[in-house]
Amino acid sequence: MSSLIVRAATRLMVALLLMFSIYMLLRGHNEPGGGFIGGLIGASGFVLYAMAHGSAEARTALRIDPLDIAMSGLGIALFAGVASLFDGDAFFTGQWMFLGATETEKGLPLSTVLIFDVGVYLVVLGSILAMVLALEEEV
Amino acid sequence: MADTGPQVPRLFGGPSGWISVAVPLVLFIWFLQFIPAIAAGETLRWSIEWVPSLDVAISFWLDGLSLTFALLITGIGALVTLYSAQYLGTQPQYPRFILFLMAFMIGMLGLVLADNLLALFVFWEVTTISSYLLIGYLADEAKSRRSALQALLVTGTGGLAFLAGIVLIGFAAGSFELSEIRDVELRDHPWIVAISILFLAGAFTKSAQFPFHFWLPNAMAAPTPVSAYLHSATMVKAGIYLMARMNPTLGGTDLWFWSLTIAGGFTAVFASILAMRQSDIKQVLAYTTLMALGTLTLFIGAGTSAAIKGAMLFLIVHSLYKAALFLMIGIVDHRTGSREAEVLSGLSRKMPLTALAAVLAALSMAGIPPLIGFIGKEFLYKAALSMPTAQLWITGTAFAASALMFAVGGIVALRPFFGKLGDTPKAPREGPIAMLVGPLILAGLGLALGVNSDWAETLVRPATAAVYGSPVAVDLYLYKEVNAALILSLVTFATGIVLYLGHRRLRARLASIESWNPIHFDRGWDRFLDGFAAFAKWQAQKLQHGVLRRYIFVIFAFLGVTAAYAMWLRDAWQVQFDFTGVAFRDWAVLIFITAGAFVTATANSRMTAVAALGVVGIGVALIFIMFGAPDVAITQLLVETLVVVLVALAMLKLPYLNPKKIAEIRGWDALVAILVGTTSAIVLLASMAEPLDRRLTDYFELTSWPEAYGRNVVNVILVDFRALDTFGEIAVVMIAALGAFVLLRGTPKGEEK
Repeated sequence: MSSLIVRAATRLMVALLLMFSIYMLLRGHNEPGGGFIGGLIGASGFVLYAMAHGSAEARTALRIDPLDIAMSGLGIALFAGVASLFDGDAFFTGQWMFLGATETEKGLPLSTVLIFDVGVYLVVLGSILAMVLALEEEV
Repeated sequence: MADTGPQVPRLFGGPSGWISVAVPLVLFIWFLQFIPAIAAGETLRWSIEWVPSLDVAISFWLDGLSLTFALLITGIGALVTLYSAQYLGTQPQYPRFILFLMAFMIGMLGLVLADNLLALFVFWEVTTISSYLLIGYLADEAKSRRSALQALLVTGTGGLAFLAGIVLIGFAAGSFELSEIRDVELRDHPWIVAISILFLAGAFTKSAQFPFHFWLPNAMAAPTPVSAYLHSATMVKAGIYLMARMNPTLGGTDLWFWSLTIAGGFTAVFASILAMRQSDIKQVLAYTTLMALGTLTLFIGAGTSAAIKGAMLFLIVHSLYKAALFLMIGIVDHRTGSREAEVLSGLSRKMPLTALAAVLAALSMAGIPPLIGFIGKEFLYKAALSMPTAQLWITGTAFAASALMFAVGGIVALRPFFGKLGDTPKAPREGPIAMLVGPLILAGLGLALGVNSDWAETLVRPATAAVYGSPVAVDLYLYKEVNAALILSLVTFATGIVLYLGHRRLRARLASIESWNPIHFDRGWDRFLDGFAAFAKWQAQKLQHGVLRRYIFVIFAFLGVTAAYAMWLRDAWQVQFDFTGVAFRDWAVLIFITAGAFVTATANSRMTAVAALGVVGIGVALIFIMFGAPDVAITQLLVETLVVVLVALAMLKLPYLNPKKIAEIRGWDALVAILVGTTSAIVLLASMAEPLDRRLTDYFELTSWPEAYGRNVVNVILVDFRALDTFGEIAVVMIAALGAFVLLRGTPKGEEK
């Protein structure tokens, strides 16, 4: 798998896949996409990288241990759920904020729902990478 | 522990020591204040919600019976903790020991105070588990671990039966509150036999009634303060408490009467004979405890007001003298290094206070006036002689047990302390004051209550009323007139003296009888456990074979068969096939998927199978796209891609397929596959035939944008409407990843199978 062509192409592909994964994550609320799909795409980017360059390099590129990523994702998702309690709403009620909203413009919507989706993204990304990298190193 | 040289004893064994003394002492004083109210016939109740949805409350109830127990538990508890601070205070495991002892005490207190049967059961189990930890205190000794496990298994099994009984009685009486169950007439209920048997299974195992008696003497592995606490106030009395508590509800039936009197009477005599057989004084005391439990069971079963009165008095009497004696033998063991009746002799010169406590307690045990033990025995005799049925059996067993108890009193208190000074491993000297306080107070109380028997009445009267179900006149006295009971007492003393004088020959004779006795409960227990373990191993190997393929086979076969059976039961096989409106591209995708599935099933190499399975996955993704579910389609495609990568990685480690083996199993696999496939297709078609309930779909489509600000309904459902579900799912993903990670990394290289 470590042909020069694959390795060179991978560098470009990984960057594209990661960008695309974040794009999918952010558009998810209105168009097809979301944290789950984004996480899968991001994970396949790193899986590709690991296959071309070896898992050790993939881990270096990732910087953080995949299990840590997954766990912090779970924590972030939980935080998004708990956040609504501060406003007196039920657990996991979405809290919204529209930055720069005017009479006519809706502004930039930010919400705990997005935070939750980021958590989902990280859990999926981290979990898959933890399994794939461990499997690859085991073989 | 080996170092018994000069040590500076911390005050009461450090903080854990004095806290452990203070807690029961404060509780004891707190409970004392209720005596006037309870003696006046009142009961107190206190309740908080616990599991409101199941109608379970933590409710406590204080009547004569629970107050008597609470005072014994806390009072003896305070003396025992003071004693253990000195006895064990210098050992490194002491704080742990105190923790177990406190847990035990609180469990016991909760048990006797609980009004809700389910709460009572929880406390019951707390005492079971904490006594397991206490008996196994010397965890590095195999013997002590075995005894602890035996006690746990015997009492725990009984506890399970008890729980089943609680559930039954809760449904039969419509309440789990003891105070309410008392008012329900259950004796004619069809479940009464089952309830009685289950409750008695719990009580008999806990209170070591024959044939579950064998664990109690083994529990002697526990250090002395624990023995005292286990045997006098609490643990083993939990079963007695249960029988006493349930007497107004379950008592009065033939089943109840005969099982209690027969088991109790037999246990009492059997245990006193075994007590004569022992030479280790701690063991002797353990068997006399069995005798006391048997006597209590016997008289609770007898059930007349006189019998209950006698039993309640004997309960207090026994707690006082037995705790004193156990603590006493602990001091002797501590100071002389021996507990053997044949070794110890003439200690009263070196240990006068210990001897005083021993003699007072033993006099009470032997039932000699003016101690409370005498009154206790008199009232038992009086109750036995006035029994309308089974008079001979109850009087006979009570007499035999009392006569043997008299002799045992001599073995325990006369032999070690009088006569020529014996040759002990350590030079005997008087015990420390913190250890002497307990036995002296307890033994002294035996004398004080005997002389001032009115004091005992204040507790015995409400306790008897609680157990009998209605108030009973209680008038305790040492002597009023010469009657049959008094004459029987005198005969008891005479027999007891003869037995004591001949106890050495008797012991030798009993030992020879024991050597040819074919029934050994203790060894039988070991054989039972071995057999049980062998059975468990056999069935685990059959069911948990560790072959993944077979697990999957069983799961799918089960799924297919049950689904098919359910369809057959409801006669839902008639399915309408309707191919109108199926477009060309639908047929194309269908053929695409079917071909992929066929190749997967018939492939002879893993690579082919995985690639063909990928074809199936892509076909399914196409279906999602055709029916307007792009999110699901994207997910499906991505998962397919990653699965190929994972399998390709795993493939490098897997062995080649063996064509011969495949041929053998493929037929069965095909059968299950066709079964599951057909059934799920029919289930799907059948559910499609029903009109689709669009209420949820409509709701999500309508509210997604105005309320959740999202146009992608699927995603809005995932992250907003059903966010909690999603959170659960990602937690599962995470756990699966952790599991896989551990499996892959857990086995160091070279050790894998």
